[in-house]
This record gives sequence, C-alpha cells and structure tokens, in this order.
Amino acid sequence: MRTRGNIFSNIDWVIVILYFAMVLTGWVNIYAAVYNEEHHSIFDITQRYGKQLVWIAASVLIILLIFFTDTKVFSTFAYFFYAVMVLILISVLLFGKEVAGSRSWFQIGNLGIQPAEFAKFATALALAKYLSTFNISLSKRRAIIISVFIILIPAGLILLQNDTGSALVFLSFILVLYREGLSGTFLITGLSVAILFVLSLLFDQMYVVIFLSGFAIMALFFIRRSFKNIARVLGILVLASAIVLSVDYAFNNFLGPHQQKRISVLIGVDPDIRGAGYNVHQSKIAIGSGGFWGKGFLEGTQTKYDFVPEQDTDFIFCTMGEEFGFIGSLLVIGLFTGLFLRIIKLAERQKSSFARIYGYGVLSVLLFHFMVNIGMTIGLTPVIGIPLPFFSYGGSSLWAFTILLFIFIRLDAHRAQLL
Amino acid sequence: MASKKSYHTRKYVITGFIILIAFTYLVRLFILQVPNNSYKLSAQNNVLRHITLYPSRGLIYDRNNTLLVYNEAAYDLLVIPAQVSKFDTSYFCSLLRISQEAFNRRFQKALRHSRYRPSIFLEQISKEDFAYLEENLFKFPGFYFQSRTLREYPLELAAHTLGFIGEVDHNNISKEPYYDQGDYIGKSGIEKSYEHILRGRKGSTIKIVDVFNREQGSFEDGHFDTIPLPGSNVTITMDASLQAYGEMLMENKKGSIVAIEPSSGDILTLVTSPSYDPNLLVGRVRSHNYEKLLKDSLRPLMNRATMGTYSPGSTFKILNALIGLQESVLYPETQYHCSGPESRPIRCTHYHQTPLQLKGAIMHSCNPYFWNVFRSIFNQPGFQDNISNAYTVWRDHVTSFGFGKKFETDIPFEMKGNIPLASVYDRIYGKERWTALTIRSLAIGQGEILVTPLQMANFSAILANRGYYYPPHFLKEYTLDGNKVEAQYGKQYSSVIPENFDVIIEAMQDVIGSEHGTAHWVRIPGLTFCGKTGTVENPHGKDHSMFIAFAPKEDPAIALCVIVENAGYGSTWAAPIASLMIEKYITGDINRTWMEQRILESNLMHDQ
Repeated sequence: MRTRGNIFSNIDWVIVILYFAMVLTGWVNIYAAVYNEEHHSIFDITQRYGKQLVWIAASVLIILLIFFTDTKVFSTFAYFFYAVMVLILISVLLFGKEVAGSRSWFQIGNLGIQPAEFAKFATALALAKYLSTFNISLSKRRAIIISVFIILIPAGLILLQNDTGSALVFLSFILVLYREGLSGTFLITGLSVAILFVLSLLFDQMYVVIFLSGFAIMALFFIRRSFKNIARVLGILVLASAIVLSVDYAFNNFLGPHQQKRISVLIGVDPDIRGAGYNVHQSKIAIGSGGFWGKGFLEGTQTKYDFVPEQDTDFIFCTMGEEFGFIGSLLVIGLFTGLFLRIIKLAERQKSSFARIYGYGVLSVLLFHFMVNIGMTIGLTPVIGIPLPFFSYGGSSLWAFTILLFIFIRLDAHRAQLL
Repeated sequence: MASKKSYHTRKYVITGFIILIAFTYLVRLFILQVPNNSYKLSAQNNVLRHITLYPSRGLIYDRNNTLLVYNEAAYDLLVIPAQVSKFDTSYFCSLLRISQEAFNRRFQKALRHSRYRPSIFLEQISKEDFAYLEENLFKFPGFYFQSRTLREYPLELAAHTLGFIGEVDHNNISKEPYYDQGDYIGKSGIEKSYEHILRGRKGSTIKIVDVFNREQGSFEDGHFDTIPLPGSNVTITMDASLQAYGEMLMENKKGSIVAIEPSSGDILTLVTSPSYDPNLLVGRVRSHNYEKLLKDSLRPLMNRATMGTYSPGSTFKILNALIGLQESVLYPETQYHCSGPESRPIRCTHYHQTPLQLKGAIMHSCNPYFWNVFRSIFNQPGFQDNISNAYTVWRDHVTSFGFGKKFETDIPFEMKGNIPLASVYDRIYGKERWTALTIRSLAIGQGEILVTPLQMANFSAILANRGYYYPPHFLKEYTLDGNKVEAQYGKQYSSVIPENFDVIIEAMQDVIGSEHGTAHWVRIPGLTFCGKTGTVENPHGKDHSMFIAFAPKEDPAIALCVIVENAGYGSTWAAPIASLMIEKYITGDINRTWMEQRILESNLMHDQ
C-alpha cells in the first residue's frame, strides 16, 4: 500500500488548480448574480452564495475521501455503483419530489438531491469497466448493443423523470465509444441526419431535395463509377430525400403549435423574444452589453435586476459575460479548453484501459455540458436546461462533477503503481 | 490489451473537435461583445426608465393681481399588469366609480400596451377622490398614482381669453420636439399665446428598474437628472371685476363688449356672449363638454369680440368725418341739407333741424350729411378722373385706424374684417366704371366693409387719444428668472392730426350730454363721456345694436365698443351697457340700479 505522502505527490496538480479556479470563479459569479445590498456577508447561508460556499467546502471533503479511497474500489465496484444508481433512479420516479414538472429530486432534510447528476459518473464507471474487459471489441455488434444499453438505461429513466436535458447528456458517451473503436460511420450518419433535419425545417423541402440531387450528381463525378457505387449514391439520395419529406410532414402534422414554436425558435427561424426565445434574447443582451472589458464586478445591470432568468444556475455564464466582458468569456472558455486537453493528455497516458476509458467518459460529460450550456446563452445551441460544470449554483451538480472528475484524478495518481 | 486494436490516433480528432468548438464560441462571443453596440442599447432600454418630471404651469393674474388661473393637483392612476394580483374588482370599480365593463376595457388596453410597463388606467382623478383611493390602494398591487396638474379657474370668467390646455397632438410634437405624447399644451387664448412662458421646462430623472419594473435606485446617482423649472406667472391686462360685470350684463344676450385703456392699449375686458364656464374644459370631462359646446346652436365657442365681423353702421360716420377734415374737404362749419337734391339718394331717418353743421350731424347721426362728406372726399380736385386713386386714399385713412387688418399681438383667433381694395370694386363694376355714388353705403358704415368689435373698441381708443393707439393686447407683464418683464408695444398713429379730433369729440360728448343726443338717456351724472350709437343693418334678421364710447373726456381711462346682436337701435341696448361698464370702471359702483336692472332682466337671445 502507498503512503499518504505518495498519493499527493502523484496527483496532477494542474487539473486540480483548474478545478479550483473554475469553482471559485463560479462562486464569484453566483455572488454577483444574486447580490443584493441587504445581505452582503459572503457567509450568509440564507443566500445562495453562502450556500454555495457550504457546497464547495463539502466538495473538498468529498475530494479528500476520494483520495483516501483505494483505486481498486472504483473498478471492482463499478457495476455495483451502476446498479445502485439505477435503483435510485427508479425509486426517485416512485418517491421523488416533483419540482417544476420534473420528478427528479430526493428531499433529505433541508437538502435536495438530484440523483440524475450522480448517474453520470456511475454510468462512466460501468462503461469503462465493460469496455476494458478482455476480449470486448466495439467492432462487434454485441459489444455495441451492450454499451448502448449501459448508456440508455439511466438515460431512459431520467427521461421518464421529465428531465430531458440531463437525459440528453448521456448521448455524449458516444464520444467514448468512438475513441474505443466505434466506426466513424455512426458519427457521420448521425450528424448527417441531424443536419438534414435542420435543413428541411429551415428551407422549403423542394429546395433541399434539389440541393441533395445536385450534391449526388457532383459526387458521381468524383467516385469510381461502378454499378455498386452509383447504386449506393442513388440509394443515399433517396433515403435522404425521404428523411427531408417525412420531417416536414411530421413537423406540420404530428407536432402541436407549442412544440413547433420551440423548434422554430431553436433553429433560429423565429426569434420570438417574448415567448420561448425570451431567455436567449435576454441572455444575449446581457453578454453582448458586457463589451470587451465588462461592466465590472457587481455592476452588471441585466443580471443584477433579474432580466436573465435562472442566472445563477443554467445562465450563470451571462453574469461572467456582462460583468467581465470578452476577457471574462475568454477566461471561461480557456479554463474549460485547458481542462479538456489536460484530461485527454492524462487519459492517453493511462496504462489501464479502465482509467483511460473512464477519463474519456469524464471528458464527454463535461464537454457536452460546456457546449450546450454556453452555446445556449449565446444562441448557438437549443435551450436545454443543464448546468455549467463547476460554475452553476447547486449542491448536487457540484458534488457530482467533483466526484466525476476526482475519481479520474485518483485513478491517474495511481497509474505509477501499475506495471 | 495488446490484443486489442489501438485507436489512439482518434485522440487527435477529439482534440481537434474541442479546439474547433472553443474557437467557434470565442468568435461568436467576440462578435456579440466587442464590435456590436446594439446589445448595450438593449441593456439600457431594459434597465433605465426615463421619468418625466412635470413643472407646475405658471399662474395667470389680472391687472390688479387677482388670481385668474391656478393649478390643482390631479392624479393619473397607472397600472403595471404583471404586478397585479387577484383582488376584489367590484370593490375597486365602486371606489373608482367605473363600471365592470369599463374596468375590463381599460385593463385589456393596458395589457395590450405592455405587461411590464406602466399604462395610464384612469386619468385625472381629482384630489378629493385621490385622498380616499390612496388609503385603499395597498389592496390593489400593481396600481399606483402619478401626479399631474389641472387648471382651475376660481372666478369662472373670460373662458375665451384665458383659453384651455389639452394634450399635445401629433402636429405639436412634430413642430416642437420638446413635447412628448401625453404632455399638455395651451390650445387657445392666453394659454396658447404664452405657452412658452407658462409651461416652464420639464425635468427628467433616470431610474434603474428590475425586470418587474420596480425601482432600484437612480442612475449614476442622479448625475443625468434635471430639475423641472416651474412656469413663469403671467399678468394680463384684464380687469377681472369689470370682466365679470360685463359678462353679467351680457347674460342672455348675443354679442360682445371690448374695453381698452386708451393710454396703453391694455384690453380691460373682452366679453363674448354666450360663453361657458372655463372649468368645463378641464380634465377628464373636457372632450365630452367640448363636443357639447361645439354642437350648441348658439355657438358659445365662437369669440364674437375678435371673430365676429359686423358692418360698423353709424359709428363709421365719425371716421368719414375725420377723413373729410384731414383732406380739407370738410370743416366744422360745413352745412348740408338733409332733404332736397343734396340728400339724394340717402335720406335722413331722424327728425331734426336742417341744415346741420358737423357737430349736429354727428349728434343726430344724419345720413345725408355724411353721404355729402363722403362724396366730397372722392370729388376732390385731382381725384375726379381716377376713382381708384381716390378710393385708395380714403382706404389708407381707414386702415390707419386699425381696420382691415389684425393687430397680431396676443389676441386669440383674430379676424381682420374687410376693407376692400379698389381692385375689388374694379372687379365687381368694371375698371373705372364706378363712382362714389356706387359705393355710397360706405358713407354710413354699411356695404362691403366689415369690422370686429375689437377693432371698433380700438377705434374708440384712437378717438380718446386724438389720433394714436397702442395695439390692443392682453400681456401686461410676466416674471422671468425672478425679474418682472413688462410688455412693450409700439405707438401707432392714425393718418388724422389731433386738431381734427376736437370737433368730433365735442360732438360725441353731445351724443350723450345734449338733450337731443341719440343716447342722452345713458348719461352718467358728474362724468363727461363721449359716444356714438350705431344701428347695424343686418340682412339676416333684426338690426344689431352698437355703441362706441370713451370716458372721461378730459383724460380717457376707458374706451369701449358694445354690440348686442339682433337687439335693434344702438341707443336702446348697447349704449346703456356701455354706460354701465364705464360707471363701474370709473366709479367702481353702480348708482343707476334701475338701468342695471333693466339690462339684467332682459333676454335678447333670439334664435334668428
């Protein structure tokens, strides 16, 4: 067994420093977002910034706990954690507390716990465990199906809780599968369908079909014109056209006006600044008004006076953008990019494939949250209510992300011991 | 592990993807934050509320510092629909004294305007209602008051002169950017003429508000706020007690009284009848009442004193005499017969000795005499062959007395009357195809010429001054930055020299003073006053009764013109009213109560 001193000497301090930089920057923004003159003590736990300080302190305890846990526990009990998590997700469906239409909370005393947040690390562990098993290869259909099941079981349960945002996060594990050998065709096909979906809503379906036909004719010039290839191109064209036509048909016939509106706003056909587009519109105003240097700490008017909804949770990035301007945005993007690249570097240096795969699991989850959360505040991605890791207010999400990341740091610290 | 195929090169694809995302987001953020100003403006629109601070409008006083117009606080009830929560609407409606339907209509209107911004729910609530409402307002979140001021007229007089204020229209705003929707502006009378002095300057304050439009404090510690500057007070030339007396005398009569102080041109009284209570055109009831007044067949909104045009009638004979004297075709001793060939074609309507000299002719208002005077002006040597030139000379004399033009001082809605140009007669009769005989009606103040009561009063003032006048006006003084500014008006001379007025004034004194004068019965014991009656032929009905006068003869303090429509002879109605006005103004009291009683009890309001 290793001594205490050795554990700390093997820890990757770069990633730990990035973590604390993000958590503290996040706290500063929460303070600014909920700041009011009556309560200015930062330790006032009736206020959200006071509570967040408590969550941060608790996170430090969790980190220490993880550091003193034997690494074998994570791989050995990976399926156990996963099974427990699935049971908790089922029970929250049965006994959970309903908040704003989602049955996704457990109330323990004063503390609300959102199990969906913790399902992410459990799923990452289980996936890593499965894919690192000897003789499993993602070139085999059976392995793919089992992997997809590992991902979809918790995702489905969370979807049943009416928490679409958190459920979508599980789609990000496709990145792990890709890294571990899933054919790129899956990614490209998925992406193409998504693009076709948006195109057919943006433009008249006839134009899209004409465009696709032109694209197919061009493709025919560049490929070897064997019968097989020509048939393949034409087959793809017919399939793509069918998707375009059916999307349009489904949009107009199966969706209610409310859903149609949400989708229109989402892809930017309809700005609808009073209804579904209100959040994004106000969020862009807040960020855009920040300018290059920002308005200064506690000087942001849009966030301080509540023009941006959910400004301390899902829209926390607005506070950053308004009060610290483009420099602040650069800092946040920089911190996240640094974290992601560091995770890749660490993952790739793992000798154990379990640790590597888990590392990519961590990356996938964080990257998805980052992309969607910041993307929605600047109008690039649809408004999906998921928090910005380490920044957004909330105990459950902070603890879950901390556990997710620090299990990986713990695994990385252990790598030197492996032969 | 070794048995597995390694896909480690895929880390480059993933790294590339991350960098692409980071780069895309940074570019997007840069575009949003750095070159783009529109979001900064939107942010300001979100949080800054520009609140207008309305100054109190200047007060209006009469020449003796009697308060004529002041401000009364009134309140607009505003609503922010988003802040309204459930409440007892029927109680609310009963408090406001509106119906449930009216409540729904107004609330829907506010909702259509904005959920988060205030809309006026009920405007101009009197301070009595306000006091009671305010105590109960806490039961109705989302509703609050904003104070405005209303004009109040304590003496209920001179509605036309004082005018009224109303909300600015599109025209006002496009002409003067100072005004915003909902501001008040003087729409007529003194309120309109001295809008710029009375209105003061609006102030503004910028407040920071949150998403629910709740005030969060002032912007930049009020650095950009401006304090409203109260409007300046205006003192007008009117004598309120004389005005009130005049309005009382004119009750149940159609017509007007204009009284001027000859030495200054100050308008002491300007009565038009029928009139209305100025308080009717204030506040919420304004448009309703205005509509009603507009439809009234007696036309109370028309200012007869400045807009009514009449033939001057016999009073105009004086002017022809003055022109004759000035042109040296008439002397005080000149005699004409009022029968026989000289009098053709105008016969005399009065019975008196003949022939008469000028003084007697004025006293008896002898038509043939003035026809002869008129003819002699046109038949002067040198003019005989050119009627057009002769007429123009005559016309220039007439207009030098203020006729046929506007004074353009501060009198609302002035009409200029009509003193036709020679070319008009050329057009009617053909060039040089007309003679003094053709236009003979002008000799006795009939025919094409039209004058306003205001011009006649000014004429009377010229007579009192023996030849000059100050353009009649209302402004006496106003305070600007604490200093009194006195209005200055230039002296205007008529074309007739003072000496030529002597005989005319003597004659006008005889009109009242002599036992044979046409208005002897309205004399005032102990006061020499001069006047001239007029009975104005009215093609549409009974003649108008007219009288011009000034007093005292030695040092005139008041000159006036009275017209009572469809009342017959000048001496019967206009003269006693003028006489009472003079007595009231000079002695401050009425001794001849029998005369006053007769006027007050008469109803001469005939529908034609």
